[in-house]
Amino acid sequence: MNFNLLKSEDVTTAQAVKHTNGLLSVVGEEKGRLITPNIKHSPDFENPHISVRNLNVHIQKNHILKNVNLDIPNKAITCIIGPSGCGKTTLLKTFNRLIDQNIDVKIDGQVLLDGENIHAKNAEVISLRRKMGLLSQRPCPLPMSIFDNVAYGPRIHGRRNKRKLTKIVEHYLRAAGLWDEVKDRLNSPASSLSIGQQQRLCLARGLAVEPEIILGDEATSALDPISSKKIEELFVELKEQYSIVLVTHTLRQAKRIADYVIFMYLGEVIEAGPAAEIFNNPKESLTREYITGYIS
Amino acid sequence: MRLATLTIIGVLFFILWTIVKRGFPAMNWDMITKTPGGGFYIGKEGGLLNAIMGSLYIVLGSTFLGLLISIPIVLYINLYLPKKSFLADLTRLSADVLFGVPSIVYGAFGFTLMVYLGIRTSLLGGILAITMLIIPILIRSMDEVARLVPKDLKDAALSLGATKFEMVGVVLRQIAPGITTAILLSVGRAIGDAASVLFTAGFTDSIPTSLSQPAATLPLAIFFQLSSPIPEVQDRAYAAALLLTLIVLVLSLSARYYSRKLSKNKI
Repeated sequence: MNFNLLKSEDVTTAQAVKHTNGLLSVVGEEKGRLITPNIKHSPDFENPHISVRNLNVHIQKNHILKNVNLDIPNKAITCIIGPSGCGKTTLLKTFNRLIDQNIDVKIDGQVLLDGENIHAKNAEVISLRRKMGLLSQRPCPLPMSIFDNVAYGPRIHGRRNKRKLTKIVEHYLRAAGLWDEVKDRLNSPASSLSIGQQQRLCLARGLAVEPEIILGDEATSALDPISSKKIEELFVELKEQYSIVLVTHTLRQAKRIADYVIFMYLGEVIEAGPAAEIFNNPKESLTREYITGYIS
Repeated sequence: MRLATLTIIGVLFFILWTIVKRGFPAMNWDMITKTPGGGFYIGKEGGLLNAIMGSLYIVLGSTFLGLLISIPIVLYINLYLPKKSFLADLTRLSADVLFGVPSIVYGAFGFTLMVYLGIRTSLLGGILAITMLIIPILIRSMDEVARLVPKDLKDAALSLGATKFEMVGVVLRQIAPGITTAILLSVGRAIGDAASVLFTAGFTDSIPTSLSQPAATLPLAIFFQLSSPIPEVQDRAYAAALLLTLIVLVLSLSARYYSRKLSKNKI
């Protein structure tokens, strides 16, 4: 059993969680339920890339995330699904600490990236964010040219050599499947691209920082079906090299590309496991209701 | 209603016509390349170069100083303070109130300040008074744009591993057209204001060579020379009026152009 998920009705329950050898075992007394999805052995999961332990997030007295425990597998696509306002985006923001931008945030618990707590006091925010490429809901190109958008990340991290930058830009524009469309107008403003192209530009820009993880916050919801399909295909290609975490509203999208699925409801993780299992044989009635469209 | 509407257009053209009718014949090469000979009040010879250069110096100096003060203010209240900040609201309110203060009050205040500091009527005094006059304009117009910067843009820069300082750089690029508009607006106001330079910059018939010398300005060139009994000197006043109107017209047209361009490029 490699994937243990802890969900507690009572968040104040005293819990002791021990993390050993990539295996999580729950020790101690607990009033809530313990869900242990029966997940088949998968090599991906020996060392989860991100592990969340007893995470509680309060924003201005609102309890947004309630005792979240989960693991994000290495080099696979994990989709976080759930109705609006269930804390998916907040969870994603705790991964790259963009949540620090909110005022009056209280974070308890741990988010472990390769075993290190990124919310620790001495954690380096800048180097953490370099490891996480973020793709937001609406593409948001920087107010500069297409070339400079992709070169921005490498530049602020100290790469100045023009020839090397040109190579980097070409490489990542190709990786995002945009090179052929923009190679003749690298110096035109990024805002002149179509919205689908902008999103792929944002992907290239994020990849150019050489992240380990790609976070997508409903990254295709503002795009037309063809652009969405392109982005989805890119994700499937990119999971060879990156761990990908996607927040999505579209169940069909999750069904198409997800390897693992996490279902959240009202700030709690209800169920998590391999996609096939969640979609075909959900353990929880809430999950079943959501997947069948009973709640949305 | 149509009459009222036509009146406003009519008034504009009447003013323009008057200025052009009196100012255009007086306008010649000497007018913009020579300082007045034999004193600005009675000398018939020469032109407006003293006032043109004085206005230019004051506008450049005060715009530079004004930007130096107002850009950090705008960035601070928009990027460093939380969204619902008392200090930010107070700053905006202060800028609004200062915006409404008549320019003669800035002149009087600047004059008191100069007396206190022991500065005589000078280019520096004029620059300081005009700076105070345009800072609220700069703050208000840049703030309008800075508030519209999407949170996504800041997040995008930060998530690429930018420091807060680098993120501010991205935001500055985003609001650059807004800054241009703000500069154009404030230059238009600065160059046309007579009351605030009356006590602070004074008037002279020569071009100032240092900050401590008094400086002539175009609005005051109208003010002082129009009251002269000598027709040639009066013509200089109309020429100054024409020049000033043209400058303000060009500035406000380009401000409109830039603000329209800005709204087109918004993401």
